[in-house]
Amino acid sequence: MAGYLAGRVFQAILALWFIATLVFALSRAAGDPAELFTANLAAPEAEEMMRERLGLDQPLYRQYVIYMGQLLQGDLGTSARSNVTVAQILRERMPATFSLALSAIAIAIIFSIPLGVLSAIYRDSPIDWIAKVVAFLGQSMPSFWLGLMLILLFAVILGWVSPAGKGGISSYLLPGFTLGWAAMAGIVRLMRSSMLDVLDSDYVTMARAKGLPEIMVMSKHALRNALIPVITYASLIFGAFMNGSVVIESVFAWPGIGRVALNSVLGRDFPVVQGVVIVFGAFFIIINLIVDILYAVIDPRIKYSR
Amino acid sequence: MDRASGKADSTLLRVEGLKTYFFQRSGVLKAVDGVSFTVKAGEVVGLVGESGSGKSMTCLSLMRLVPRPAARIVEGEVWFDDRNLLELDESEMREYRGRRMAMIMQDPQTSLNPVFMIGDQVAEPVKLHLKERGRQAIERVLETLYAVRIPSPETRLKQYPHQFSGGMRQRVVAAMGLSTSPELLIADEPTTSLDVTIQAQFLSLIRELQREHRTSVIWVTHDLGIVAQMCDRVNVMYAGRIVESSAVRRIYKDPQHPYTQALLDSVPVIGNRRPRLYQIDGQPPDLRSIPSGCPFWPRCPSAMDICKEQYPPQTATGGDDFVHCWLAEQ
Repeated sequence: MAGYLAGRVFQAILALWFIATLVFALSRAAGDPAELFTANLAAPEAEEMMRERLGLDQPLYRQYVIYMGQLLQGDLGTSARSNVTVAQILRERMPATFSLALSAIAIAIIFSIPLGVLSAIYRDSPIDWIAKVVAFLGQSMPSFWLGLMLILLFAVILGWVSPAGKGGISSYLLPGFTLGWAAMAGIVRLMRSSMLDVLDSDYVTMARAKGLPEIMVMSKHALRNALIPVITYASLIFGAFMNGSVVIESVFAWPGIGRVALNSVLGRDFPVVQGVVIVFGAFFIIINLIVDILYAVIDPRIKYSR
Repeated sequence: MDRASGKADSTLLRVEGLKTYFFQRSGVLKAVDGVSFTVKAGEVVGLVGESGSGKSMTCLSLMRLVPRPAARIVEGEVWFDDRNLLELDESEMREYRGRRMAMIMQDPQTSLNPVFMIGDQVAEPVKLHLKERGRQAIERVLETLYAVRIPSPETRLKQYPHQFSGGMRQRVVAAMGLSTSPELLIADEPTTSLDVTIQAQFLSLIRELQREHRTSVIWVTHDLGIVAQMCDRVNVMYAGRIVESSAVRRIYKDPQHPYTQALLDSVPVIGNRRPRLYQIDGQPPDLRSIPSGCPFWPRCPSAMDICKEQYPPQTATGGDDFVHCWLAEQ
């Protein structure tokens, strides 16, 4: 187990280094920000000063060494547009995105796993039907529309929750549900098919042949095996949620990272883009690492066959 | 019968007119179509036939574990001791499963749950039915693993199925069934996926344990060699019915049904230099449209006109033996 973990952590660090390098290369290839920012001023001196401030007057390899050195110290640089550090922007915006992602995935899991399991057990029954409709709607409704409709119903007409902005726990309900429903669709379907596979297996028949009550057969023998693929899928979705959603954040005026990312790409604010992408990458890698560890806990076959 | 004691003659299981059908869009598939047989205490009864003749579905029907909702037991009686299992409610039925009757399935690779330690899996019926807990349950599991000759059971207890070889896994499955000393063991082709030497070891192990505990066994196989080694009595199945039932010693000498004869002819014999192994012509019938009369007639070398019209009645052929064939009727 320790060897497996060490190997995984090493791979994670390698992946992170690769992402940092790729981000560096791509942001340099995207064009000269100094030229863009100073285009209207038309003074070559101003352009020169800008380059100097951003360190773009240095040769590329020097830039890379400085960049990596700063990165190792946790310094993600300063925005090219304002004088705010990238770290500060992330500190301000990430908690909102993180807490929304968490509530969305929690809502998705709470509804979709029981629904998927029950629709597999009671195939072709009303509950299976409900699960199909939930999944179908989740996949076909665009989230901006669903978000607006939910606001209309629950905030405007019923007045139960505030229409937008981040406040108390109740402010998470609408954006969390909007984001979560789309994820629910996939999880319900995957959970159902995975459960059906497992229910067909010999070890489930054997568990019944031992005389175990049906609830034990399902909760112990079937569910644990059926969850394995679902865990991967759900955590990948969680990773995607962590990167923020421009649409949801716009509809609900949510102070998350998604809009920052979009604006800094449009404004060629490359220190911010770099910082955001690296942090996104880091999240994905950490989530994958956690999934790998979870796997080893759930499925004993993994520990030994690395 | 080899068994001498008086109790050997008491009937443990009596199956009467069992019918299990699959209800599909394309029609009704009669997997088990009126099967009747008995198993005496301490007796090993073979169930022989080609793939798709209804052997496995008969076994699952006895445990009431046919795949639902696709299949359903539509008719029949399964008397275990003095109770008709088909009339019990689910919770009463669970008292039989794993306690009085156990099952071994064909493929040891898939019949153990990959995510639980084998000690845990073998202990389940012990905890459930014998109400043993903690150290007592572990002792029972160790005893059973020892009985099926799993080396160093103390360490093996904490291992997972993927750490066992095929033969060892099948022993674990057997241990799982035998841990509660059931009266009936249903073995559904348990050696088919094992290689020949492992198969021989497993067969003699089960035979030995069976003799020791006087367990009744239903042994499903398509291998008449295994029948000779394992069984006291053999029931030959064709298209969901038992076409011949006979004491084992007799069936090799004097098969009554042309299908049994054909099965025997297709067993390779050492020293017998035939140019080519005998092969039964044609295919087993589609169970969705079984031919009228005797289902074997299209493949039968001695088919008569009446065979095509009417299913042959049961003809006693001495002792408990019987056959369903118009040839025997005449």
